[in-house]
Amino acid sequence: MSQPKRPRVALFVTCLVDMFRPTVGFAAVGLLTEAGCDVEVPQAQTCCGQPAYNSGDRETAKRMARSVIAAFEGYDWVVVPSGSCGAQIVKDYPLLLDGEPGWAARARALSSKTREIVSFLVDEMGFSPTDVRFEGKVTYHDSCSGLRSLGVKAQPRALLGNVEGLELVEMADPDVCCGFGGTFCVKNPEISGKMVSDKTANAAATGAGTLLAGDLGCLMNMAGKAQREGRPLKARHVIEVLAGMADGPAIGEGRE
Amino acid sequence: MSAEEPTSRRFKENVREAMADQSLQKALRAAGGGFVAKRSAAAGAVPEFEAIRDAGRDLKNHVLGHLDLYLAEYEGKVTAAGGHVHWAETAEDMRRIVLDICRKAGARTVNKGKTMISEEAGINGFLEDNGITPVETDLGEYIIQLRHEHPSHIIAPAIHVPAEEVETLFREKHTHLPADRNLDDLSTLLSEARTILRKKYFEAEVGITGANMLIAETGQSVIVTNEGNGDLSQSLPKVHIVLASLEKIVPTLEDAATVLRLLARSATGQEMSVYTTFSSGPRRAEDPDGPEEYHVVLLDNGRTEMVGTEFQEMLRCIRCGACMNHCPVYQAVGGHAYGWVYPGPMGAVLTPSLIGVEEGGLLPNASTFCGRCEAVCPMRIPLPKMMRHWREREFERNLAPKAARYGIRLWAFFAERPALYRLATRAAMFVLGKLGGKRGRFAKLPLAGGWTDHRDFPAPEGETFMAAWAKAEKTKAAR
Repeated sequence: MSQPKRPRVALFVTCLVDMFRPTVGFAAVGLLTEAGCDVEVPQAQTCCGQPAYNSGDRETAKRMARSVIAAFEGYDWVVVPSGSCGAQIVKDYPLLLDGEPGWAARARALSSKTREIVSFLVDEMGFSPTDVRFEGKVTYHDSCSGLRSLGVKAQPRALLGNVEGLELVEMADPDVCCGFGGTFCVKNPEISGKMVSDKTANAAATGAGTLLAGDLGCLMNMAGKAQREGRPLKARHVIEVLAGMADGPAIGEGRE
Repeated sequence: MSAEEPTSRRFKENVREAMADQSLQKALRAAGGGFVAKRSAAAGAVPEFEAIRDAGRDLKNHVLGHLDLYLAEYEGKVTAAGGHVHWAETAEDMRRIVLDICRKAGARTVNKGKTMISEEAGINGFLEDNGITPVETDLGEYIIQLRHEHPSHIIAPAIHVPAEEVETLFREKHTHLPADRNLDDLSTLLSEARTILRKKYFEAEVGITGANMLIAETGQSVIVTNEGNGDLSQSLPKVHIVLASLEKIVPTLEDAATVLRLLARSATGQEMSVYTTFSSGPRRAEDPDGPEEYHVVLLDNGRTEMVGTEFQEMLRCIRCGACMNHCPVYQAVGGHAYGWVYPGPMGAVLTPSLIGVEEGGLLPNASTFCGRCEAVCPMRIPLPKMMRHWREREFERNLAPKAARYGIRLWAFFAERPALYRLATRAAMFVLGKLGGKRGRFAKLPLAGGWTDHRDFPAPEGETFMAAWAKAEKTKAAR
């Protein structure tokens, strides 16, 4: 009897996870491996190009898209621990490179095999965590791109439901933007500040001690606000919990 | 351009003022998610709602491909019914045409149903300057007219006014009424406004309304209202003027029904507005009532220039307001901050299209691209995509702020050189990790004031993932 072939999965780490929270990268590798994938981390990766794309610098965004395609197209799957960067590859690369000889087809091909990590684990691998514990109440924020561009909504909740000791309490308006928005948060700081304070208030009102989400940008924004407001709310990427790697300091927490 | 000076250029100052305006913030909180819940329930109650959205999108796309044909058909029908169609290329043309009609009618008072095109063309101020008194008959419009303001929302123009300020306003303005009268709730306010407006309906020589649609096959104009004020405004005076923009045209009555099925559900969460009124021209011999003259003034004001560009899809907009009801940015600052006639996501796309990106360029930047507007737009207008197009135009024309342009260039320089990027991020994260390690975050960081003025900045763990991964791989290989 032949073993089913383990899919070769390339991890697109994302620039924020790479720089700020490697734990999320290792959680991704751990979960993907446990789900039956052979994980590789292409060395040529930096960023998906979204900062340029959303700032109106289409040419730079196209160049970065081509680099990512070249570095990642040789794998069975490309998996991203971010709905936002994932949507950039899945939805926006084909639009950006539409009509470019050669690249248009390559962009569509990469798009069709790129997934946000939690939805990949559930929808493609039928994975569910076993023997993972997390004591306490958590609440989950639906990051915009993952939710509205990639349909990530039920999957994280389903997986969290299998974590022993974890109680998920929904906040009001979990699907309303936290106000991060990439460069938006520094270009429109007052509006962003208001949006994130609404978000932390909703999260805190659940009584949960931990705020989870699937995008590090949103998480840094919400963690930073909760800390500025003195709220006892720890922010973590959802896969830290799913991988059983939630015992270190939360985002923005000191090591002491 | 409108007769009113736009303030979209000073969007950032507008935002700061809006944030500090306690009365506005109170009104925004009170209005809050009301529309959102109602729209969701109304859309959810129609199993084929998504299919109707597709049909609406397709019919408007078809119209925009054949705008000239349908407008010609419409004009023919209106003329055949004894009405007049006037073509206004600019807002100024519209003002002049309206004034001419009013003068010929000997008008001293003009009653108005709710119309955003009137706002776009600056009709009220212009009529006043020419000795004609416009009277707004929609309750919200009436309130802001008394306050000398402009609408802050396209379907709820006075949404920025808390209820108790309406009471104060009415006591201040309606001095002929007993001072000790009860104005405790919305219904008493409504009934007072109704009583006052009721008299005015009979005084006006001209009635002006907008149009939610113009129907090519019948030559009718359609308005929807919840107060019935539009009906009285247009049927009692001897002259009825319809103000509309070109893209309001739909081919058939059937198509109008498609739009109607989307409009109220998306706007207020009603199945239908309370009144839906079809106007077919001047009073015919056998009609019991109706105006003696019927005029339609069609405004272009830059719209035909949008046809065939990446902004064409914006012309599908049916002005339901769902995008702003669902927009967290609009909900934080209200409509006036946008600085011109149209606020929220639709305004962020339309304003630079109609009055120029130099004037309105900050608006398409005031979005997180959260996509909630596109998710609820009945016409499936890709609003974030079009806001991004505006950012691209600004970038191409070097209108984007210098700091942003240099920032992107610097970042791209590294991001396009992976080896250098590795070194730079490793060094930077090492330093940041050391500096912030104990506390885990920064309350202040040089060059990051936009972030740290409002929230702490989480410190990195210290080692980059790529460095840690390379190390782990090496160890594995050595074993």
